[in-house]
Amino acid sequence: MSTIIYPPRTMFRKIWDSHVVSDDPNGDVLLYIDLQLCHEVTSPQAFEGLRLANRTVRHPSKVYAVVDHNVPTKDRDKPIEDQIAKTQIDLLRRNCNEFGIKLYDVNDPNQGVVHVVGPERGLTQPGMTIVCGDSHTATHGAFGAVAFGIGTSEVEHVLATQTLRQKLPRTMLIKCNGKLPNGCFAKDLILYIIGQMTTAGGAGYAAEFAGEVFSDLSMDGRMTVCNMAIEMGARCGMIAPDQKTFNYLLGRDYAPDRNFWDTAIKQWKRLPTDDGAVFDKTVTFDIANIAPQVTWGTTPAQVVGIDGVVPNPADIGGNGDDNRKTAEAAINYMGLEPGMKMTDIKLDTVFIGSCTNGRIEDLRAAAAVIKGRKKADNVRVLVVPGSGPVKRQAELEELDKVFKNAGFEWREPGCSMCLAMNPDQLSPKERCAGTSNRNFEGRMGKNGRTHLCSPATAAASAIAGHFVDVRKF
Amino acid sequence: MKPFTIHTGLVIPMDRSDVDTDQLVPKQFLKRVERTGLGQFLFYDWRFKNDGSVNPDFELNRPEYKDATILLARKNFGCGSSREHAPWALMDYGFRVVIASSFADIFYNNSFKNGLLPVRLLEKEVELLFQKANKEKGYKLTVDLEQREVRDDFGTKISFEIDQFRQNNLLKGLDDIDLTMKKEAEIKAYEAKHGIK
Repeated sequence: MSTIIYPPRTMFRKIWDSHVVSDDPNGDVLLYIDLQLCHEVTSPQAFEGLRLANRTVRHPSKVYAVVDHNVPTKDRDKPIEDQIAKTQIDLLRRNCNEFGIKLYDVNDPNQGVVHVVGPERGLTQPGMTIVCGDSHTATHGAFGAVAFGIGTSEVEHVLATQTLRQKLPRTMLIKCNGKLPNGCFAKDLILYIIGQMTTAGGAGYAAEFAGEVFSDLSMDGRMTVCNMAIEMGARCGMIAPDQKTFNYLLGRDYAPDRNFWDTAIKQWKRLPTDDGAVFDKTVTFDIANIAPQVTWGTTPAQVVGIDGVVPNPADIGGNGDDNRKTAEAAINYMGLEPGMKMTDIKLDTVFIGSCTNGRIEDLRAAAAVIKGRKKADNVRVLVVPGSGPVKRQAELEELDKVFKNAGFEWREPGCSMCLAMNPDQLSPKERCAGTSNRNFEGRMGKNGRTHLCSPATAAASAIAGHFVDVRKF
Repeated sequence: MKPFTIHTGLVIPMDRSDVDTDQLVPKQFLKRVERTGLGQFLFYDWRFKNDGSVNPDFELNRPEYKDATILLARKNFGCGSSREHAPWALMDYGFRVVIASSFADIFYNNSFKNGLLPVRLLEKEVELLFQKANKEKGYKLTVDLEQREVRDDFGTKISFEIDQFRQNNLLKGLDDIDLTMKKEAEIKAYEAKHGIK
């Protein structure tokens, strides 16, 4: 067999190159996909498309499905009241059954949010190409995988062919100087980066987060960072696999077993970006002095330190007019005033969970801040674990008791209020501190107002009834 | 898929950046299991007030734009969720073209799979079109995919870039899966090389 001698390559490029099925002269590449994850919302039309065209699923064993977007987070023993949601869930069951796909159903002990379940089951592995009809698929890049969200037509394409037509994206290296300060977590780090990059700053790029700041993060923290790569428009985000990655994977359901483990590690160790590899763009941020971050607007990039104020649109320059108008509209929608202190913003609801911050470390961080305290009277607080295993682990550590004693609601796993397709929603003008990933208009309910922040900031603010600086809490 | 060759239509200027897919189709309408019939939900939360009445201030509800088929917006159109319901709803509502200074990657991809043409122009070109659309009543554009050109009746001509593969597929209305299935030998070879059965 001939061996290709490559120049120094980025991790992204190594994974890309090893998955090229065919490379058309016009620049379109047919890329092999190792793993497809499905959920109930973006898959029905794809399966229907297969049926209409009389096609089958090429590799059912490379597809895993989970119900997460629509599922209620309480009273799981009762039938689902929302009939349309129920139809979608029933349909996923039927599709999985018909095409021979493994499904983590509502009452499966390992059910949860798709981007929590994949890594937890060991499905997500370094060097893989992973897709899902969900923009937060970038999460899996935390393992050194190329993982990105796709539309339903592409879901169908992967089901039918196990491949995807892709353009080679440009590569971006994101580095940070300094150590993450006290009171700041992976969420604060990525919100800060998005604020600097803006919502479209990563568009067209595959981003690699590299350096000590990121390698110091736990796997849970790395997933939080990569999860939100899409919020700066990046195609995917990734972090090089290392011993932490290997330790995380060891012994999980679908991780390579004992006989293949050493071989797998050997291959995974070849993945990190080579010395001398060239990125199309490199950006560096100083993060040593950042404060815990909270969004004030209606995009994740409209963010400020907790010790800051709601900005004055007149001061927002950048591309001039356009950004100012966007900021004005956002402040108006959010019902805020320029110059208002972030810590003066009062809350109605706090949501702790989602594929961004619904993992065990997130719940630990939230519980650590509030232990022995009670929530403010007029605030409702939902804690929604990212998966069954996260829930059980939290209960083993009695975190659920900390939450319940504080007056927080302890729920069943699912996407919940992050996109509010289930009954967990905001009313018009209701204001929420959320640990999720999007503060778009109406995301958590029509005319609802969402501020993104870390689990520690969210939990502490639930106690105070308004945003607080967790460093001083 | 419906081919796209050339289209002339009324332009609706939507002077916003970061129009996200949560606005294009709010999540309560994602529970449908069909690709069709989503036009009624397009921009639902902007089109309708909390009490369900029509919001007369929203661009789409203004009578002069009733028959618009070309949507003009600012940067980062279609950001956020991967939901293909966004182009499905735009098409079903009657749109054939979206012009913006930039698009989010997933939305851009999704549009081509459904015969909706996303046209990327420079910010200054988009600005020019906004000025014209705001000035000229019933402002129309012709979007010519073969020539890769946008033009109006006043002599404006702007060329745009699009990769050849996408252009060709859209011109002919080709199905991606059919095309890929013609590569069966290559896929098989890849799988054999990697021990995939």
